[in-house]
Amino acid sequence: MNTTLFLQQCLTGISLGGAYALIAIGYTLVYGILRLINFAHGDIFMMAGYFMIFAMAVFPWYVSIPIVLIATVILGVLIERTAYKPLRSAPRMSVMISAIGVSYLLQNLATYLFTALPKGYPEIPILKKIYNFGGISASLVTFLTPVITIVLVFLLLQLIGHTKVGMAMRAVSKDYETAQLMGIRIDRTISFTFAVGSLLAGVGSILYFTDRMTVFPFSGSLPGLKCFVAAVIGGIGSIPGAVVGGFILGIGETVLVAMGYSTFSDAFTFILLIIMLLIRPTGIFGEKVTDKV
Amino acid sequence: MDKTLTTNKKRNMILNIAAIAVLIGMITFLQFNSADYTYQISTLERACCYMVVAVSMNLLTGFTGLFSLGQAGFMAIGAYVTAILTIPVESRPSVYYVDGISPVIANLEVPFFVALLIGGLAAAVIAALIGIPVLRLKSDYLAIATLGFSEIIRALISAPQFNRITNGSFGLKNIPGFPNLYVFFGIVALCIVLMVLLINSSYGRAFKAIREDEIAAQSMGINLFHYKELSFVISSFFTGVGGGLLAMFMRSIDSKTFQVALTYDILLIVVLGGIGSVTGSVLGSLLIIFGREWLRFFDEPLTVAGVNVPLFRTGFRMVVFSVLLMVVVLYYRRGLMGTTEFSWDGLFGWFKKLPSRFGKRTDRKKEDTK
Repeated sequence: MNTTLFLQQCLTGISLGGAYALIAIGYTLVYGILRLINFAHGDIFMMAGYFMIFAMAVFPWYVSIPIVLIATVILGVLIERTAYKPLRSAPRMSVMISAIGVSYLLQNLATYLFTALPKGYPEIPILKKIYNFGGISASLVTFLTPVITIVLVFLLLQLIGHTKVGMAMRAVSKDYETAQLMGIRIDRTISFTFAVGSLLAGVGSILYFTDRMTVFPFSGSLPGLKCFVAAVIGGIGSIPGAVVGGFILGIGETVLVAMGYSTFSDAFTFILLIIMLLIRPTGIFGEKVTDKV
Repeated sequence: MDKTLTTNKKRNMILNIAAIAVLIGMITFLQFNSADYTYQISTLERACCYMVVAVSMNLLTGFTGLFSLGQAGFMAIGAYVTAILTIPVESRPSVYYVDGISPVIANLEVPFFVALLIGGLAAAVIAALIGIPVLRLKSDYLAIATLGFSEIIRALISAPQFNRITNGSFGLKNIPGFPNLYVFFGIVALCIVLMVLLINSSYGRAFKAIREDEIAAQSMGINLFHYKELSFVISSFFTGVGGGLLAMFMRSIDSKTFQVALTYDILLIVVLGGIGSVTGSVLGSLLIIFGREWLRFFDEPLTVAGVNVPLFRTGFRMVVFSVLLMVVVLYYRRGLMGTTEFSWDGLFGWFKKLPSRFGKRTDRKKEDTK
């Protein structure tokens, strides 16, 4: 493998990793606050893909993108309100089962509304334009994805660290009940978290599907699981961790595909997960939690 | 008081015997009229395959409190082992037409019950190995790790490198079915009875103690890891057997059969039936598998008074089905049975209470909140 080809593969990996990172943040935020694996997050990402197809059928891309993002946010908040809010005081297992139920519902709904056949993802001409940098040629989206990821993560960290809403989010994730006693509106904060997570999933969906060209009802489930793994590897609850985890998975997977082991690329993710859970269950950036009786 | 107790006991025994007789009668009826009832029989058989897996998942999730999502993976192991061992030797060249068959398994053929047993044991051995690291994890981490494991199994099965054993993505076919219905239902009943006996034994009580409170159980002298591993291994054994039964029922399998969706189906059966109730899982699997068939009319175009109702087309059934399940998850979290088991006393008590359920609404509310 020569240097150019190697760099080319690295770029593909980083680009895929960027999209993974954006989705992984959604998992990490929700887990941080509700201690819930939001199984439906991958399907929200899939629905965002379908929203784009329909938006692009009518509007130009610069109108479609905001529409898709708004629709995705509405979907995310709607799911939180209907499926998770009634279970606030229920055992964690019930909420997780509810999340699985939502994921099942969204997949079946997508199959019903849009049929199980893969639908072509609309091309945004500017994003698909091929650029050449020192022998490495790739479409603009490949170069753009990591940049967008880093910018969004920076903004998100500012939001969480330096605004009132961010402070509320941190408080709720630290201690749910005390936060409530301090006058923080729990439901609003949680809805806001879902909105942010869904927004990032919407951006991730545009970047991911522009490279993949097709969307089908199950195209969210495996990337969704992988992004959760990315969040766990980085340390669940930590945003930089989710980003690092996303990049690790993206690059690792691309390397395996380049070496000709594409069938094992999915297995690789989960082997990495199991190894990580054994060595350091709290992930790279996670804090150590001690159990109290 | 004593007298009513003994008469109740007598009545229950008679009812039990009658129920078993009715079941055997039904099976005999289906066996002799199998040509007329192929559709019903195949639905029932599918429900029974899921039943074994659902009860075994309940053993793990409902009774030991370990939330595992690896069912599809263990079913795949059981199914592939059973299939590889039972496909008739003479039809193997046509099954492995792509890359040929590995010489190790080329002439290995055993009777189906031995194959099912080996399939279950294979799943159990792998569960024992994977359990050592994975069972150290807590609730949702365990769920995601077992889910990941199930995906790894699926990736390995469909990998072209194993074409000569699992036939890769082409799947296995020509798997022999069951000689008759008695054998099939006998195996299903045996599996469930064995699990019920286990749950009612001292091991079962240790499992329940772990479910209620791990730390309390540990301080009562229960070796947490030992019992968790035991529950995981036994549950995986029966899941493997269930997978083997499914392979024999379907006659042809491939890696796509054992996707995460299969695990979710089983989970939803367990939830609908009630987490922690064996009879609940039994009822749940019958309801869900038959429910899917009953709801089939949603997939057909419907015309009311000459107007075509636009909602009714392919896929609508599954939407209705998943909405129903969400309703159960959100509003009837206990499922059909909760953690109680079916009993004749409970059934008669329920009938006695029935009028009051419709009578005073305030009373009912009070009962529900308890």
